[in-house]
Amino acid sequence: MELGPYLLLATLEGAVMASVLALTAVGLSLVFGVMRVVNIAHGEFYMLGAVFAWYIAHWMGGHPALGFAVALVVAPLVVGAIAVAADMTILKRVSYDPERTIVATIGLLYIIQQLTLMGYGPEARPVAPPFNTRLALPWFEFKDGALSMYWPWGLSTTSYKLAVIGAAIVVLLGVWAMMARTRIGLLMRATQQDRDMAQAFGIPVERVYALVFGIGAGLAALAAVLIVPIQQAHYLMGADPLLLAFIVVIIGGLGSLPGTVVAAILIGLSDGIISVFFSPTLAKILATLLVALVLVFRPQGLFGARRS
Amino acid sequence: MTATGKILLLHGGLLCVLFALQFVLPAYHHGNLARIMVLASYAVGYNILFGYTGLLSLGHALFFGAGMYGMGLSIQHLGFSPAPALLAGLIAGVAVSTIIGLLALRTVGVAFMIVTLMFAQAGYLTVLYFVDWTRGDEGFVIQQAQRILWGIDLSDPSNRYFAALLLFSISLLISLWLVRRPFGKTLVAIRENEERVRMLGYDIQAHKLGAVVISGTIAAVSGAVYGLLFGYVGASFTAVPHSILPLLYVLLGGTGTVLGPFVGTVFMFYLIDLSSGITTAHMLIAGVVLVAVTLFAPQGLVGELRRRLWRWLP
Repeated sequence: MELGPYLLLATLEGAVMASVLALTAVGLSLVFGVMRVVNIAHGEFYMLGAVFAWYIAHWMGGHPALGFAVALVVAPLVVGAIAVAADMTILKRVSYDPERTIVATIGLLYIIQQLTLMGYGPEARPVAPPFNTRLALPWFEFKDGALSMYWPWGLSTTSYKLAVIGAAIVVLLGVWAMMARTRIGLLMRATQQDRDMAQAFGIPVERVYALVFGIGAGLAALAAVLIVPIQQAHYLMGADPLLLAFIVVIIGGLGSLPGTVVAAILIGLSDGIISVFFSPTLAKILATLLVALVLVFRPQGLFGARRS
Repeated sequence: MTATGKILLLHGGLLCVLFALQFVLPAYHHGNLARIMVLASYAVGYNILFGYTGLLSLGHALFFGAGMYGMGLSIQHLGFSPAPALLAGLIAGVAVSTIIGLLALRTVGVAFMIVTLMFAQAGYLTVLYFVDWTRGDEGFVIQQAQRILWGIDLSDPSNRYFAALLLFSISLLISLWLVRRPFGKTLVAIRENEERVRMLGYDIQAHKLGAVVISGTIAAVSGAVYGLLFGYVGASFTAVPHSILPLLYVLLGGTGTVLGPFVGTVFMFYLIDLSSGITTAHMLIAGVVLVAVTLFAPQGLVGELRRRLWRWLP
């Protein structure tokens, strides 16, 4: 394949990555923005989403689309409920102290991960996609002075991958609408701006926190359900999304939702393209170092506003 | 008896008991205790930064790994004997902790934790990337012939126990000495109220950097000694879970107590050891303990002891 079609392919793969990443990172960013805590167990909620999707698809049997559709609704709800329970039993009791929350969520990470290992086992298991048509893509070239179209071998995507991108856009618009247009979004923004003042005005801050933590985890689970027909469900699959989501949230400016989405697209696309040309380990080293240095020298993120 | 007398008696007593224990312990626990003492030294180093200075690092495995690989690679590829190799580990530790300290201390709070985590992750990936030198995940074994320090074979259990005890004594005494010096007291003051210490005219950044370098160097020497005593250098010692372990030990034993890291290490080590008979998912225990400690005993075991009984504990 020539460079042009190759790049298009990498961009498409990168766009799928970016969609899933945007959902995961928006969940993390929402929790950080409203609650001012860092949830290290976020990757495990992602993993739980994928594992529940496998269980649901496995139990339902029948046509793959049926199990998948049920998983798409049920898995995020179940994971969200688990997160709400964790918030009320653990995070509330450490009064959302940033450092103690980090330690507690590290503990939560190991509890969830190891319980999954005990219950689900160490195997990686696939979930069948609901639909999966191969779509060959055309490419253009100059031949004898005229532009002609042809179908290079290997340049193709699947309908499912395009659907993932579409679904992510719909969900992100939904999150935006919730934050900007609904009453609960208003309560969340009020809590984010000034917790004590919100409390004084009678906003049930603790319930808002539990809800936000649940929604954040649910978004991660939703992202995982979308990706599980492409990757497989495995009990260690939460580590990479956690790291990438952190990178995205930091680059985008901690707690800023639009910045997070822009950064997710940037990181997802460049990760797809970079890993075509470099070894994935080297790409990860460079990305990790870059983000650490961004935090050191520009702590408000590339798009965030400087806070006094 | 004065507080100083009691402190010296308690800590000296612990070291004497550890010295005497090797003659009575069965072989299995004898080996365990040697390992515990090396890991406890790592935790003692961690405690200087986390417990006394109040800086929570999530990347101490980078320092442990710097010492371990500084030692291991110089034996493996440069043909060093153990003594200069240990020195190489120490120098690697000082260098890495100085660089990380200078960079990471520009951030505070949650950002500091994430930055240290990221640097450690980059270090871990670097070990995996240079697979020709480090043999990646698989790691490499340091042969028995390469582990003879001044004619003492460190692979022999009782020599190994002595070496581990020596390391632990040195790091415990450094920690005890440090917290009774003005430097250590300033660190505690920074932990309690940074602004006030700055107002009093102390150089906060210099003190914090000192804490990072001392803490990182103790961790690095523990890493180098660990590799030498147990004959194995591997990438898993630089991975994230190995950064979490000292945090766990210190939290469980008691942050900001000299004995806490040791108590926490013993407790956690045997908890995991006993549970591995029941389940292979032994990190589950670590998770449950982490959550339980943050919820119910934020002071840790020794911290609770200090609060309730012995107010003079350092």
